[in-house]
Amino acid sequence: MADVDIGNAKKMTIICTKGTLDWAYPPFILATTAAAMDVDVTMFFTFYGLGLLDKKLNLGVTTLGNASMRMPMGGMQMAMPNMIGMLPGVTAGTSVMMKNLIKKKGVASIEDLREAAVLSDVRMIGCQMTIDLFEKKTENMIDGIEIGGAATWMESALQSDINLYM
Amino acid sequence: MSDITPDVVLDTKGLNCPLPILKAKKALKGMENGQNLELASTDPGAVKDFEAFCRATGNKLVSHWMDGEVFMFMIERVV
Repeated sequence: MADVDIGNAKKMTIICTKGTLDWAYPPFILATTAAAMDVDVTMFFTFYGLGLLDKKLNLGVTTLGNASMRMPMGGMQMAMPNMIGMLPGVTAGTSVMMKNLIKKKGVASIEDLREAAVLSDVRMIGCQMTIDLFEKKTENMIDGIEIGGAATWMESALQSDINLYM
Repeated sequence: MSDITPDVVLDTKGLNCPLPILKAKKALKGMENGQNLELASTDPGAVKDFEAFCRATGNKLVSHWMDGEVFMFMIERVV
């Protein structure tokens, strides 16, 4: 809130290392909720998590190697055999199914949560090393982010009450 | 029911965690201290979450009740 002294606010950092549809949720849900509870939040996006800063998101989820994944179907909880999950088009289909489910259940899209994070002044840092490694272009990333390295995160982390790695 | 007349009414029915909290925060931000927000939610976790939200932010959860299947909250902006 406007009249809260940010210097006394609780602080949290989250390292986001994964860029799949399912793994994008925990960091953005916690970051936006923390910000709504007057916590000063820093998110550090590295490796596959860096893609979450791209202007255009097309996130996917795969059942492959995910023995815990069950989707509700006709009142049952269905798992998909790896043999089927590996077939061309199945990852895309699963991703569409998950996005439909997200919409149906009133769960926010990652785009919306990210927008909420930007609007609530969550500090987002893209990892410079990952940009170099994967030859990413910063002009394809959303506005208002910073580029930094491990030391930039460390400085925030040392002052924080909560540091999460996801 | 609450006997307080709300200054702001917010309907978050159909929205899931954390959207009711985010929308409540946004509404409270635009209000004056002492004003009341009435919020409706169908999120089954809403009672626990709004209790925690109010404790952590210092806003006052004046009351909460059920309106049929809907969780209703009256929150006073304190800070």
